[in-house]
Amino acid sequence: MAVTTRRKPTRAEIRKERMQMAINYPLDWVEERSGLVGGIRYFLFRKVPSDTNWMQTLGSATLTAFLVQVITGVILAMYYKPTPGDAYGSIQNITDQVTLGWLVRGMHRWGASVFIILMFLHMGRVFLFGAYKYPRELNWIVGVLILVMGMMEGFTGYLLPWDQTAYWATVVGINLNGTAPIAGPWLAQFLRGGQEIGADTLTRFYSMHMLLIPGAIIGLITLHLYLVIRLGVTSPPWSKEAAGMERAAATNGNLRPGLTRPATRGSAGRDSD
Amino acid sequence: MNPDEMAEPDNLQDDPHLPAPSLWPIGFAIGIAVLLVGLIVNPLWISTIGGAIAIVFGVLWARDATTELRGRPIEIEPERRDLVEAGTGQVGPPAQVGGDAMPHPAPGERFPRSRFLEGATLGLGGVIGGIITVPIAGFAVLPPFLGQKRHEVDLGPVTELKEGQWYVATFTVDPEQGEVSRRTAFLRNNGALTTGGKSVPSFTIISNRCAHLGCPVQANGPSGSILGLPTIKEKTKNGNVTFSPTVPAGFGCPCHGGQYDTEGNRTAGPPVRALDRYDYSIDNGRLILLSTYSVGKVDGTGAQAKIHKYKPVGPGEHVDGIEQVFYPLNPPHH
Repeated sequence: MAVTTRRKPTRAEIRKERMQMAINYPLDWVEERSGLVGGIRYFLFRKVPSDTNWMQTLGSATLTAFLVQVITGVILAMYYKPTPGDAYGSIQNITDQVTLGWLVRGMHRWGASVFIILMFLHMGRVFLFGAYKYPRELNWIVGVLILVMGMMEGFTGYLLPWDQTAYWATVVGINLNGTAPIAGPWLAQFLRGGQEIGADTLTRFYSMHMLLIPGAIIGLITLHLYLVIRLGVTSPPWSKEAAGMERAAATNGNLRPGLTRPATRGSAGRDSD
Repeated sequence: MNPDEMAEPDNLQDDPHLPAPSLWPIGFAIGIAVLLVGLIVNPLWISTIGGAIAIVFGVLWARDATTELRGRPIEIEPERRDLVEAGTGQVGPPAQVGGDAMPHPAPGERFPRSRFLEGATLGLGGVIGGIITVPIAGFAVLPPFLGQKRHEVDLGPVTELKEGQWYVATFTVDPEQGEVSRRTAFLRNNGALTTGGKSVPSFTIISNRCAHLGCPVQANGPSGSILGLPTIKEKTKNGNVTFSPTVPAGFGCPCHGGQYDTEGNRTAGPPVRALDRYDYSIDNGRLILLSTYSVGKVDGTGAQAKIHKYKPVGPGEHVDGIEQVFYPLNPPHH
């Protein structure tokens, strides 16, 4: 052990220490009252297998695409008018008049496809890596629900430009729903907001597109991420390592391994103690 | 358990980062209030004075709040809480938040009171939630099914329409809604039909809504000015009504290729029945369109046609044959 001689700290050292205190103080204040700093640290700095693959960034990419849709959608809603008389004109206004409106509308329009494509690629990765298997089945189910919600976003958003393509595609889409046995005609009439497509159809599609379905997607994504954090990231199939997070030691010896906590790779079925 | 084990010093230490009490925020608030009043009364002077007061007291407050940061430790008495006496005789560490703050139950205690409160909370919450939710759910779901208006469409004088000539008629069903309610029908004046010594005008009026998935069916044949006939334009209570002459060999759908003959019978493609038709009446010599109805098939043509008529249903729904069992109940239609 080297003996350090106590000397008077220099001005620079004092300033540095004060700067650190000034930065840490608000963080400490928040942490002490909410535990949020620790929570975010827990969320961001997790243990992942060392041989994770670029394919495993597809989920984050999908999330990014969704966030782009949310932000561009909020801005578009500032200019869009969901009435039969104004809708098409307001879309033209966004595209031709509003500064950079063509860009934001284009991002939203093409980003919608990107979102769906990335969801399918992410789904394919999960399937090929076997990442849907125990204990992650529920996350697969939640993911499928997000996919369905994403497609409903596509269906409701397609009507909003209120041009010929939008109108007739929605007529066909709603009538397709209407051909489902028994409940079909009722579902179609509910979607239409009446017997015929009109002003009510446009406003209700707008409301579903920007409030109802995005809210559901945000809730489902939260659940999806919670499960990812709880269960950890899967190793690629060729990995020799144990998957995911470090496991907590068994607290209850009576439980079969793998029943309440995921068994580590290669030790499934073996008794651990 | 050994109480020494429980009493870890880390758990007992309670050292919150509380700033010392300070009076400066009061002066700061007064300064802000003066500034806001000044914005209305006299922006130049009173606001400036208010701003100055706010800045001075704000700086004093900030100095006060950051004494700890700036290295002068302040004396705060640590917060203290008495140890909770547990029912089992255990002595636990001071509970700070959440469930740990609750006293431990005595062994064998059955909580009749807390059970009651739990039930009351759930029950009352359920009732309140129901009172709020039921009307909202009704508002969300019922309007498309209830109070749908029946529309009658005035197409103008019958005499305008040449006997035996097909027209593409367009009209707005609901003038309040405007152009979005514009519909198209194919219309032919079949001339007078004499039944029982009484002469009644006869029309074939076919909806252009495809019986497959609802796309707009087009007339297969020339239409418009190429025929050398005038396009009739009228203004009725249903807005602008137009009759464009046409000579159809049949009707065809651009979406998925459904084909129909001039009576609306399906001849090819995916449609599941014939084209819908409009009921009509003649009122003071004016042609009035009533509701639509669905058609299974049509035997014969023109005024002599025998129409297999069903109540109106959506596109793609079978009205006859074995498949009709799939659509036992339809929403109310007017």
